[in-house]
Amino acid sequence: MIALADLQIPGAFVRLVVALAALAAFVGVNGMLLVYLERKVAGHIQRRPGPFEVGPHGILQAVADALKLVGKQLVTPKGADWLLFWGAPVVSFMPVFLLFLPIEFGPGLYGLDTNLGLLLILAFAGLNVLALCMAGWGSNNKWALLGAARAVAQSVAYEIPLLLAVLAIAAMAGTLHLGEIVARQGSWPWQWNVALQPVAFFIYFVCSVAETNRAPFDLPEAESELTAGFHTEYPGMGFGLFFLAEYAEMIVVSAVGATLFLGGWKGPLVDGVWWFLFKIYAWLLVMMWIRWTYPRVRFDQILNLCWKWLIPLALVNLLATFVALAVV
Amino acid sequence: MRASLFEPIVEALQGLKSLVVGLRITGREFAKPQRTVHYPRQVVGDAALQGYRGHIELVPLEDDAQTPRCIACMQCERICPSNCIRLKVEKPAKPAKAAQPAEDTVDTDTVTPKTKRTADMPKDGGRKKVTAFHLDYTLCSLCGLCVQVCPVVSLRHSANLYLAGPTREAFHLDLLARLHRQPEAPAPGEGPRGGGKPEKLAPRKPFVKKDAEGGEGV
Repeated sequence: MIALADLQIPGAFVRLVVALAALAAFVGVNGMLLVYLERKVAGHIQRRPGPFEVGPHGILQAVADALKLVGKQLVTPKGADWLLFWGAPVVSFMPVFLLFLPIEFGPGLYGLDTNLGLLLILAFAGLNVLALCMAGWGSNNKWALLGAARAVAQSVAYEIPLLLAVLAIAAMAGTLHLGEIVARQGSWPWQWNVALQPVAFFIYFVCSVAETNRAPFDLPEAESELTAGFHTEYPGMGFGLFFLAEYAEMIVVSAVGATLFLGGWKGPLVDGVWWFLFKIYAWLLVMMWIRWTYPRVRFDQILNLCWKWLIPLALVNLLATFVALAVV
Repeated sequence: MRASLFEPIVEALQGLKSLVVGLRITGREFAKPQRTVHYPRQVVGDAALQGYRGHIELVPLEDDAQTPRCIACMQCERICPSNCIRLKVEKPAKPAKAAQPAEDTVDTDTVTPKTKRTADMPKDGGRKKVTAFHLDYTLCSLCGLCVQVCPVVSLRHSANLYLAGPTREAFHLDLLARLHRQPEAPAPGEGPRGGGKPEKLAPRKPFVKKDAEGGEGV
């Protein structure tokens, strides 16, 4: 038997466990906050109040919805593949924690110190497509299957320009370590990467909206055509996990965007985690604003947009970046 | 060649511009005041109900709020495509009935029957009177033909938007009885006019109560 005192618990492990616990709370709280915010933004854009009855100004509406989702019976549709059907929401939600780990929220405020942070995020963000695919196939439902097919086609469209845009930043910074990418940017907006790489920023923004399956790129769940797309058949928390994963992924893409292009936790006057949260929420609000402004694009339109415009644009941008790096 | 190269680029830039225009519109709407009312606590004002087409109601005489302007010509009942209007009409008293054959000659000789009728007519003018005006609102499609056809403007659309009932029969409205209650119902400026069966349907009172409770509760 080894005495407890003799156990050498590595500091990195402790940090990981604490970070995972904190992230679980962060994702849960922000998920509910974002649902509330989304409905408020939608309401105000349509000149109605949004949720208003549960609690003052409907602030407890998201809590009530969450309780309702948790309390629902879990039904597996007839003819569904049980393992794929129930594995999909887990596969969708689980990587979310991994995505958050390498992100530096503030000076020294990160879960995992890895010099491949960006690669980790890009690799595991793609898992969501697999989850949608499993959900669509496992549901034994035509709408779900069509939604899954769309999710795959969409990921083929946006992943490449996304990677090329991020690559330009990685080449400029010379690292895939998110903390170091932040460290190489200054506190003032003109010292951020967005000032040097506006084209990459634009491409990243468009692709990040597509990545999170949000309008105008919400083809996989297009409610007006496919009822709810891949999650048509999911009851209660099965749907809840997809939902939470989508909102968590929104936070991830905006956090990565803020890290890569907007100086991370650095900001005018006083650096700190508040700047990071402010940038994330500003990014999210713009995404919501876009959702309630534009109609959904068609299947071929997103492919055209990504392949005919964003990929060439990203390639030219990457080439220009390399040339500039070689010259300077 | 050059045109074909730059055309799509120009088009794309114009498209981007239109996206910004769209964002500007929704952004502006976001900042504007809301157009909806918090229903149980607030009700829609009368100004907003201008042109609202509720179920039809009878229009009273100017000097007598209890009597409809209706002359029992039955045109509304006849024109109704949904067949949802039923009138009960009281024919004039016997002397007027005796004069009826003369009515056929109105076109040819207008003077004689008129003088004859005035001589025979009782004090109410000897006209036909409507004794019941039933509307089966479950059938009504609110086409408004009855309102259009009425020669004496005795019909109009009510502003009763709070009509609700637990049974189908609750929507079988007796418009004449409703007209008799109309003076007691809240004035148009104060909100909903009386429903078909106010004691059962009119939601106004409980909601006023709720207002006071809700104000304290929140």
